[in-house]
Amino acid sequence: MSNVTLKINGEAYAVDAPSDMPLLWALRDKLNLTGTKYSCGIGTCGSCTVLVNGVPMRSCVMPAISMAGMEITTIEGLDPAGEHPVQKAWNDEDVPQCGYCQAGQILTASALLEQNPNPSNEDIDSAMAGVLCRCGTYHRIRKAIKRAANYAAEAGGES
Amino acid sequence: MKPVPQPTSMDRRSFLKVSMLASGALIVGCGRFDPVQANEVQGGTWIPNLYVRIDTDGKITIVSKNPEAGQGVKTAFPMVVAECLNVDWKTVSVEQAPLDDRYGRQAIGGSRGTPDGWDDLRVAGAAACHLLVAAAAKEWGVSPDDCSAENGTVGHKASGRSARYETLLETAAGLPVPDVPDLKLKSRPADFSLLGTFVPGVDNHKILTGQPLFGCDTRLEGMLYAVFAKCPIFEGKVRSANVEEIRNLPGVTHAFVVEGTDDLRGLRSGVAIVANTWWEANSARKRLRVDWDTNQSDSSVDYEKQAEELRAETGETLGTAGDVDKALGSASQVVEASYYYPFVSHANMEPQNCTALYRESGEIEFWAPTQNPKSGRQLIAKTLGIPEDRIHVNLMRIGGGFGRRLRSEFMAEAAWISREIRRPVQLQWSREDDMRHDYYRPAAWHHFKAGVDDSGRMIAFDHHFITFGADGKTVNGANLSPKHYPAGLVPNFRLRQSLVESNVPTGPWRSPGHSAYGWAYQSFFDEVALAAERDPLKFRLDLLSRYFGDVQMDRQRASNVLKLAAEKAGWGSRKVGDDRGLGIAFHYDHGAYVAYVVEVVADGSSVKVDKVFAAVDCGPVINLSGAKNQVEGGIVDGLSTANLEITFANGAAQQSNFSDYELLRIGQAPEVECHFIQSDNSPSGLGEPPIAPAAPAVCNAIFAATGTRVRKLPFSRSGISL
Repeated sequence: MSNVTLKINGEAYAVDAPSDMPLLWALRDKLNLTGTKYSCGIGTCGSCTVLVNGVPMRSCVMPAISMAGMEITTIEGLDPAGEHPVQKAWNDEDVPQCGYCQAGQILTASALLEQNPNPSNEDIDSAMAGVLCRCGTYHRIRKAIKRAANYAAEAGGES
Repeated sequence: MKPVPQPTSMDRRSFLKVSMLASGALIVGCGRFDPVQANEVQGGTWIPNLYVRIDTDGKITIVSKNPEAGQGVKTAFPMVVAECLNVDWKTVSVEQAPLDDRYGRQAIGGSRGTPDGWDDLRVAGAAACHLLVAAAAKEWGVSPDDCSAENGTVGHKASGRSARYETLLETAAGLPVPDVPDLKLKSRPADFSLLGTFVPGVDNHKILTGQPLFGCDTRLEGMLYAVFAKCPIFEGKVRSANVEEIRNLPGVTHAFVVEGTDDLRGLRSGVAIVANTWWEANSARKRLRVDWDTNQSDSSVDYEKQAEELRAETGETLGTAGDVDKALGSASQVVEASYYYPFVSHANMEPQNCTALYRESGEIEFWAPTQNPKSGRQLIAKTLGIPEDRIHVNLMRIGGGFGRRLRSEFMAEAAWISREIRRPVQLQWSREDDMRHDYYRPAAWHHFKAGVDDSGRMIAFDHHFITFGADGKTVNGANLSPKHYPAGLVPNFRLRQSLVESNVPTGPWRSPGHSAYGWAYQSFFDEVALAAERDPLKFRLDLLSRYFGDVQMDRQRASNVLKLAAEKAGWGSRKVGDDRGLGIAFHYDHGAYVAYVVEVVADGSSVKVDKVFAAVDCGPVINLSGAKNQVEGGIVDGLSTANLEITFANGAAQQSNFSDYELLRIGQAPEVECHFIQSDNSPSGLGEPPIAPAAPAVCNAIFAATGTRVRKLPFSRSGISL
């Protein structure tokens, strides 16, 4: 077991975890932050995506103890009120079907819009390629990202 | 969560006469749920029936009875109640019911939720509304016929009086419940104000902010985490295992062999490993050494050999009309082709899991992502030898169903482990467990012959279907009805069946059967149309224009969706580029009519599905968002699955994760334009019907663009890549 202090959604958590335990399981089973989902366990489906220093990463294959000092954002921390432009757009387009993969989709989309406030369909397809959706909400994910870009632009214009 | 209203004593007020709806549906009696059974005030909350509660502060709670797996029922069902209760949707909170026999069927399957629930839900809303109107009329000393209800308010036009529902609760609770025939049930799109509009899912906020919602999000005090290792070879049993060594590994609290039962859909033989975290349980599993007793050697290669041998045999005739051999002999043209599709997996994003809490009292509680909680409860009762009334099941949001979770063996596994260790436990299957222990959609071979007359009409259809089973009985999910399209539409028809033996577990896969053979039929009809130099749309419409026997669908509704999809896509009027192709397909199943025109763009054998024009008649649309989501998602699912296969060797599945079972990614997903024909027919479900026509429409478009006819799935077996 190793002790590590993880900075998650702006809070510091002391975690005692096996040295090979991926961040996913530290989040889910040590900290009861269950918004981050397990699906493939080999970093191929993207359901477990979290942001590490703003970059989408697969929490199922990154040891928790290697994450000390990094800013980790999980779906619980994006905006707990659900007012982030991506969350609002996701609701307004009603993207989720079963909803299981959506934390990974939303965090990946929010990182895309940070880098590229006005993405094309190709930009979206490229940025979102790593996150599988078995229900097939891809059509709406594209629409929601464009809608979120508009919301963010409107909010930026007001400030 | 508030508890669901408990049964009350059956006094005179609670009884409702056995009544018939206009549709003829029996609402009470015969053990069916009586939606207007209580009508009383408990702790300030008015409870007119099992579905509705109204508080004195105006809060309206509507209970959703069925599990939610992404099909949208948790939003759509309460919308139906709200529509007939005449309340503002924004004032409604939705609550998930647990398994409770008073609700009748609580399952996801056969797209039956909407058609089965339609009457009960409308009665529940309308009966509550009726009582509120009667309460206001009584208080005002006027006739209820002169009052109306809208947006949670009863009004009396003549006097200008109005009253919010929440002020009428005590009076309403003192009134006799109405007879069902006295209720005004809205039934047509023209009657609706909420139904047919775009309503976002009621769980969206929790999903978008990562709040606990799914089965695997359950966290109980003192809960441990478990894996259950079964033999990768189907039906293998544990002879011995190094459980003592496993018990000493870090974090592990328990490790033991489970003998299991002989029920292959129940508790199987395996090794349970329990630990403080799932990671520790699963890490310990890597050190597990099991001596398995196995005797299966099924292989896909062997299946193919058997199927080839059976091809020459006559098989069992399942259905026949006219004289197929004679008609084929006199046809001006005979078209012949063979189609094959493989086994596929359900591959739910949320691997199977279940949380169980065994109490010393012998009661056991579950937090289960199951499509069929009642059958899960039966299985647990049988496996543990306890009465069903000691078993309580909370229905959790499900990370994808698609038919996989109609089987609930994971509930029996969690139950057994929790009872054994006397602790709450969350059993979580790994992805590999999930893919290797599925109830797969069976593969099949279709050998078709069609005879066409001088005018290009199909006059004979001869079909040899080779599927899986033994002794004349198909395995689960492998049957094909001789009554299905195109039966009745062709004067000479024959369906023969031969069976390949298999020990692989199979089961229903979203739109069982249809999702597979719909592709074979609709691809072959395209071949017949083109061989006869007919336009594929006109050929299909022509097929629907005549009948020679029972046709299990409305031919007009079928024609209408085909025409609408074609019109929206510019079929026959729009030129597409040389590297592009349009394909059309239609299918009817589970009460809904779906037609697609697909546009693909090809670069050699590499194809991108660019756009889909969809036309759907499922009767009145309940939630426009949910309905479109099913169509958009169904197209992706149909396309994705046509690109996948599960193969077997030495009695085990050869694929185990998304690295070798690669679901479609966003860049491969088409744009979808979805059009509904909102008819006055009663609504069908829509979870399944959008699947079947997707793959054939794509394949017909691939032929138009490339000249390659896809007769074997996945696409790679026909030399096509997506």
